[in-house]
Amino acid sequence: MALFIFRGFCANAIILIPKNGAFLHKIRPKRSQFEVQARRSGSTEARPAQKSSQMATRERQQQQLQGFEAIIGIETHVQLQTSTKAFCRCPYSYGSDPNTTICPVCMGLPGTLPVLNSRVVEFAVKLGLALNCEISMKSKFDRKQYFYPDLPKGYQISQFDIPIAKGGFLDVDLPVEFGGGHKKFGITRVHMEEDAGKLVHSDTGSFSQVDLNRAGVPLLEIVSEPDMRNGIEAAEYASELQRVVRYVGVSNGNMQEGSLRCDVNVSVRPGGQQEFGTKVEIKNMNSFSAMNKAIDYEINRQILLHKQGQANQIVQETRLWDDATQKTFTMRKKEGLADYRYFPEPDLPEVVLTDEYVDQIRKSLPELPEAKRRRYENMGLTMQDVLFLANDDDVCDYFDSCIQNGAEAKLAANWIMGDIAAYLKNEKVSIKEIKLTPKELAELISSIKNGTISGKIGKEILNELICKGGTVQGLILEKDLVQIVDPAAIEALVDGVIAENPKQLEQYRSGRTKLQGFFAGQVMKKSKGKANPVLLTKILQEKLNAGN
Amino acid sequence: MPSPIQNPRLLLTSTRIPLYLSSKTPCTHRCFASLPSLSPQTLAPQSTTSSIPSIRESLLSGRKKAVEIAAEYLDRIRLTEPQLKSFIHLSDSVLKDALELDRKVENGEDVGPLAGVLVGVKDNLCTVDMPSTGGSRILDGYRPAFDATAVRKLREAGAIIAGKTNMDEFGMGSTTEGSGFHVTKNPWDTSRVPGGSSGGSAAAVSARQCVASLGSDTGGSVRQPASFCGVVGLKPTYGRVSRFGLMAYASSLDVVGVFGSSVIDTAIVLSAIAGHDRLDATSSSHEVPDYSSEMIALDQLNSKPLKGLKIGVIKETLGDGIEAGVVSSIKAASSHLEQLGSIVGEVSLSSFDLGLPAYYILASSEASSNLARYDSVRYGQQADADDLSLLYGDSRAKGLGHEVKMRILMGTYALSAGYYDAYYKRAQQVRTLVQKSFKDALDQYDILISPAAPSAAYKIGEKTNDPLAMYAGDIMTVNVNLAGLPSLVVPCGFVEGGASGLPVGLQMISSSFSEGKLLRVGHIFEQSLQGYNFVPPVLSEN
Ligand SMILES: [Zn+2]
Repeated sequence: MALFIFRGFCANAIILIPKNGAFLHKIRPKRSQFEVQARRSGSTEARPAQKSSQMATRERQQQQLQGFEAIIGIETHVQLQTSTKAFCRCPYSYGSDPNTTICPVCMGLPGTLPVLNSRVVEFAVKLGLALNCEISMKSKFDRKQYFYPDLPKGYQISQFDIPIAKGGFLDVDLPVEFGGGHKKFGITRVHMEEDAGKLVHSDTGSFSQVDLNRAGVPLLEIVSEPDMRNGIEAAEYASELQRVVRYVGVSNGNMQEGSLRCDVNVSVRPGGQQEFGTKVEIKNMNSFSAMNKAIDYEINRQILLHKQGQANQIVQETRLWDDATQKTFTMRKKEGLADYRYFPEPDLPEVVLTDEYVDQIRKSLPELPEAKRRRYENMGLTMQDVLFLANDDDVCDYFDSCIQNGAEAKLAANWIMGDIAAYLKNEKVSIKEIKLTPKELAELISSIKNGTISGKIGKEILNELICKGGTVQGLILEKDLVQIVDPAAIEALVDGVIAENPKQLEQYRSGRTKLQGFFAGQVMKKSKGKANPVLLTKILQEKLNAGN
Repeated sequence: MPSPIQNPRLLLTSTRIPLYLSSKTPCTHRCFASLPSLSPQTLAPQSTTSSIPSIRESLLSGRKKAVEIAAEYLDRIRLTEPQLKSFIHLSDSVLKDALELDRKVENGEDVGPLAGVLVGVKDNLCTVDMPSTGGSRILDGYRPAFDATAVRKLREAGAIIAGKTNMDEFGMGSTTEGSGFHVTKNPWDTSRVPGGSSGGSAAAVSARQCVASLGSDTGGSVRQPASFCGVVGLKPTYGRVSRFGLMAYASSLDVVGVFGSSVIDTAIVLSAIAGHDRLDATSSSHEVPDYSSEMIALDQLNSKPLKGLKIGVIKETLGDGIEAGVVSSIKAASSHLEQLGSIVGEVSLSSFDLGLPAYYILASSEASSNLARYDSVRYGQQADADDLSLLYGDSRAKGLGHEVKMRILMGTYALSAGYYDAYYKRAQQVRTLVQKSFKDALDQYDILISPAAPSAAYKIGEKTNDPLAMYAGDIMTVNVNLAGLPSLVVPCGFVEGGASGLPVGLQMISSSFSEGKLLRVGHIFEQSLQGYNFVPPVLSEN
């Protein structure tokens, strides 16, 4: 289709536009190593070090706040993973060659009209419900108008005064290493809109090219209440939002690919002041840790200006976060409020929902992260465990399946967060990809618990189960790993070892009782590690002390 | 990539003129004026005979070939176009299309209801094989990648697209003087305007340069030129015909309309293009009847064929500011309708006068948004500029005409923060009032009638310096667009002017999706109207 279309306007087939320094500011995402926060890393080892350094950051920040309060609100754009764009039938996949997934509609050719993809509404209602919002049974689209080369029609189809969902909230459990605690952050609104294309700037900086692949891709914009007070809260809000969009399956929530983009508004006010300070918008944060750092940097910058008596230097502007220098810098100053001249989109009928439609979607919603966390908490797991498990719905599914197969929650959590998580991290695979089924993990746990195998042997065969699969029963039989629990058999082993070591026996009986460890080791060795340690100790003690 | 851009203003080329059409030496359009010897008989069709059914009969019976029929029209175009300038671009494949059709007929293949029918298409409807400019310099040379749905359906029905007709830029105007290319002349008096914005489509059908044509009607752009040019013009219900491929002027008001030299032709074309389109979310799924099948020839009707039909004359349309000749034509038409058996009364639409300002606010507001895409970044004429804002500014300054810029400014103003409530929102409230007053009137009457314009065609240049006078000319038609109703204009009489008088059109309005009723009544009215010949003098003068 794209080639065909280009015939139609070959005069400008290569879209070149002159570049004006101020207007077309280079927004090149700074690629940086994605720094995973400790509790998301899947590694238990890494925690203490990270924790202490972040605690230090937190304390430092607390000191710097010095009677000021920061107010943070977040606007998040989530790209929906529908199979076609919002208003045409083009597919979209990140990273396609420029201008290959476009058609007359998303290019804004004369005479073309938008036709709403019903999946966009479905996803919007899904997310609205997941964010505890009130759904508008009747909403409409509006045009938001401005000129920019990545906006083919000269307006963005969006929703203005009647968003599809409003007045919700998001529950967040703050990480234990940051003091923990439960927070509720308000959601002002969720609305549907279309994405714009992308400008690709030439290396010389003398011209820019337009790639319209992304133009018309459906977005949900989620606007939070100004409820966050520091970088961690903001990052946790965003990360919970990412979990929710992934749980309900409306987006892949990938920050590096721009499927989840956060614009953060930060203002600072002296404690006790009622009105908000001047808010500054920060963009270009590619990870939650970048968000956290960018916000804390910005808060400190503003507080410093306040303390230096230069609060008037805080102006309404958009600043970009630069990962390389770990600073925010001015992208553009806002002169007055932009007037987008919103008016109702006449090409699209109103979006009218029925109760049945909304109920059906409500029923189809999976268990959400907050509900999972509360459920895990009620199982008696620690908050650390709860946060780890509920972070990823694949991990949740795995864990829940283990429990259904009879595993004890705490034990299952330990295995998943310990050896399995370490394996996932080393091999960079997801829990869905390992060969160890939840059923077999449950089997492994019960085999240890009921004494069929020892914990040590359990650890040893875990790796084999993860890599090659198979059943716990099969491996136990194949490798003859069944624990020796027959007292007579253990007695025989003990007798043999005692008989073979008369000298040590004599020493033991003359008072060197710590030699018991030596005898136990010998018996365990003889049993190839299979002797039940409790029985062994009991019988060994009886035998050693029998001569007294 | 090879440039497909041609000179869209080039008329017929000499190589395309087939030898068997005429014994005359082929010549280019520059020598049209020296072609007086074509006999008026071949040029002047009889006004009351519907062309589409007779073309179909000729083709299927083998009496005529499609190339012969096409050649008649091409001859007429060659003769009249230098004077009239109805077209911005003429198709160079008319005869090729006709030959292909003849082959199909010979092979006994099915041919559609519009087989061999030459249709002119307003230049704001996209055509894949011809430039489409919407009458604007900013789209000079632009070639769409697709056919508008209405055009696609015409082709599927067997129609041959004759060319792209002239119009006021993006539909904004009432004369074609606002075209970025040239002014079309009225076939009844070439010193006068043909009306607009679909003036080219109206003039082309009036001068029988094509059998029928498509126009678009946002505030009267089909009905007023139909009245000025003495042809039938239909503005269907909003959503009856897909807008896909129609360059948007005011999306909530725009409809694709039809011109024909008879009501039956108009009905047949409407049947072909109407219907739901998955590419236009505002297109209606309302069933499309075969509009022409319900029409009955006059000799089969009794003396009171409209017995029981209730007709309301809109009181406000026959008052001050309406040309006396127009008023008397409409009054004559209403007594004619009464003679046909209908009950005629007078009805007042209380919100009638509010419609015009509301229309200009809403249409300009939507236009200011719809025309934002003409930014010259992806297509269209691009100014040389080394800065983005200059690129936008210069391209639009050079590419867009005066009237368009004025309406963009008005619309931008009306939508600006702080003015929205006073203008756009109030205009929407007026729109609701207008809809309600029409509904009330149509609860009482089957059909409402009024003039299609307050005057007959006026002189070129007469109103160019007085935009308010020009806007006032839309008073008869804009309310219908605000209400989204269907409306049919049929020629009903003449006023003095020009060599042989100037035609006047009767506007008939009915409730949504009742095009069938309008066309049935229009057909009876047209057939029973004695003593008028709506074939313009331009066809016999030559
Ligand atoms: Zn597309």
